[in-house]
Amino acid sequence: MSRTAVLQARGLRVRRNGAQVLDVPSLDLRAGEVLALMGPNGAGKSTLMLALAGLLQPAEGTLAFLGNDLRARGDREAFRRRITMVFQDPLLFDATVAENIGTGLKLRGLPKEERLPRVSEWAGRLGLGNLLDRSAKHLSGGEAQRTALARAFVLQPEILFLDEPFSSLDAPTREELIGDLGRLLAETGTTAVIATHDQGKAARLAHRLAVMREGRIVQLGGLREVMNHPEDSFVASFMGMETLLKGQVASCQDGLVSLRLRKGPGGREVLAVGEAQPGQTVLIGVRPEHVALSLQTDNTSSVRNAFPGAVIKVIPRGPFYKVELDCGFFLTAFVTAQSLSELDLQPGRAVVASFKATAVHLIRKEGLEPEV
Amino acid sequence: MDLIWEGLRKALELLLTLDPEVLRITLLSLKVSGIATLLSVILGLGLALGVALNEFPGKRLVIALVNTGMGLPPVVVGLFVTVLLWRNGPFGFLGILYTPAAIILAQAVIATPIIAGLGLAALQHLPPALRLQILSLGASRPQMVWLLLKEARLPLLAAVMAGFGGVISEVGASIMVGGNLKGSTRVLTTATVMETSRGNFDVAFALSFILLLLAFAVNALLTHLQQRSGPR
Repeated sequence: MSRTAVLQARGLRVRRNGAQVLDVPSLDLRAGEVLALMGPNGAGKSTLMLALAGLLQPAEGTLAFLGNDLRARGDREAFRRRITMVFQDPLLFDATVAENIGTGLKLRGLPKEERLPRVSEWAGRLGLGNLLDRSAKHLSGGEAQRTALARAFVLQPEILFLDEPFSSLDAPTREELIGDLGRLLAETGTTAVIATHDQGKAARLAHRLAVMREGRIVQLGGLREVMNHPEDSFVASFMGMETLLKGQVASCQDGLVSLRLRKGPGGREVLAVGEAQPGQTVLIGVRPEHVALSLQTDNTSSVRNAFPGAVIKVIPRGPFYKVELDCGFFLTAFVTAQSLSELDLQPGRAVVASFKATAVHLIRKEGLEPEV
Repeated sequence: MDLIWEGLRKALELLLTLDPEVLRITLLSLKVSGIATLLSVILGLGLALGVALNEFPGKRLVIALVNTGMGLPPVVVGLFVTVLLWRNGPFGFLGILYTPAAIILAQAVIATPIIAGLGLAALQHLPPALRLQILSLGASRPQMVWLLLKEARLPLLAAVMAGFGGVISEVGASIMVGGNLKGSTRVLTTATVMETSRGNFDVAFALSFILLLLAFAVNALLTHLQQRSGPR
C-alpha cells in the first residue's frame, strides 16, 4: 500500500484525575482508510478519538496533519475546519433539518445561496430530501443521526471521526445506517476513524482495526489478521474467540503442531497449523463457528481434532444457537436450528465436537488473562 | 372590594389623562429597571459562561455563592449600597446616592445573581458533548459561545424575565438608595408605599395596576421573543 499518512500521532498521553487514561506511542492514519477503534467501555476509544481530532489537549505527545505539527493553537483551529466528528447522540440544534446540515458551512462564512445546493444534495444522499423544513426536535432516532451524518459529510472533511455513531439506535435502523455510511465512505473516499464496542459492525466498514484496552492499543491490523491472529487472549476473546485453552507443545513437524492440553483427563492432544518450539507453553483459540457437532466420530473426514463430550447449555443467538460443551475442557459451538433438532441437542446429550487443525489459532502472547 | 374598583377607576383615569407625574414615575421605573436588567444580563451571562465553560478549583463554591445570591434581600443590598455610596463612604466621591444611578446600581446587584444562577443552570443543562460537537463543526470560540447561547435561548430568556421581575417589583433597595424623591428618584413601588402610608388607597391601587401592567407588557414581549424563535 503506497498510502501516505494523513494524521500522525506520537507519544499521546492523557491523564484524568491523576490516572493515565491514554498511552498511544504511535498511530498513523492513512489516506482513504477507515480505521476502527474497538474495545470495551472505558478502553480509551473516545479519549483517543478526541485527542486525534484536536478536541482534547493531551498531557504529552504530538499530532501532525499532512506533515504539519499541530502544536500551536491557531494550527489546531485550522485543523478543526478540515475534519469533523459525529457523536453517539446526534446533538442537533433546535432548528430545521436544513439549518442543522448547513451549520458547519455557515460557521465557515458561506453565503446562503452557496449553502443551499450543498445542503439539499447531502440531505438527498442521506434520504432526508423531504424533511428539510422539519424541526430537528421532531425526528426519529434514525433520521436525527442521518441529519448528523449529512451535517458532517456536507463539509467534505478530510478526516471524519465517528464516536459510537449507531449505539443509540435500534437494530434495523442501525443495519440500514451502517450500510449507507459504508456506501458514502466508499463513494467519497473519506478517511475515517470509527469507535465501536461491538465487533460486528466495525468489521464491515473498517480496513484496519485497533483493539484497545486500558488506554492502550493492544493490536492494530487488518480485520482478518486481528480475527485470526489475535495478539493475546484479550483480543482473542474480544473478537469472539470463545474457547481459549492452555497447552504445551509436544512436537512440531511440517507446520503441524501437536499440543497437549493442560486441562482434561490424561492430557488431550490437539493439532494446530503453525510453528512453535517443543516444550513451549502456548494459548490456543477456537472460534465457535468453526466447531462442528456430530453423534459419532467420523473417521473418513479431514478433521484432525475430535473430542467426545456432553452438552452443558444451549443458548439462542440470533439465527444460530450457541452450544456450551464439556469435553474435559470448556468448548463452545454455533449450530443452526436444523442441526439442533437433528442432533436433539439438550443438556446432558453426548456428542462429538470436531474442528480442523487450521481452525486452531496459536496465540503467542499470553500476558493478559482471558475475560471469558 | 369598593377600594379595588375605585383604584381601578382611578388608574384608568390617571392613564387616560396621561397624568404627567404618573407618566414620569412609570417611565423612570421602566428605565431604571431596564438598564439594571441590561447590566445584569451582561455581567450575569458573562459569569454564567465563565463558570459553565471552565473547570477550576472551587467551581462548586462559586455556583453555591451565585445561587445564594439569587435570594439576596433587597433591603440588605440597599443597606450595603447606601453605606458604600455614603458621602464619607469609599465611593462617596461619585456623589450618586439618592439619584437614579444609585437605584440602577442596587437593582443590578439584585438581578445579576438571578440571571447568573438561572443562566448557569440553563447552560449546564445542555449536553456536555455539544461544545465538542460545535467545535468539531469548525466553530471558533466566540462562534461556539454564540451557538451555545442560541441553543439555551428559552431558559436564558426565562432568566432575563426573572431578573427583570425581581427588580421592577423590589422596593427596599430603591427607597434606601433613591430616597423616593419626587421628580428624581420616585418609582412605582416607592410611590405605592408612600401613597399607602398616606392613606391614598385609590392612588396606591392605581400605581399598583400600572406596575402589574408594565411587568405584564415586558414579560409578554420577552415571551413572544422566546416562543417565536425556533421552528415548530
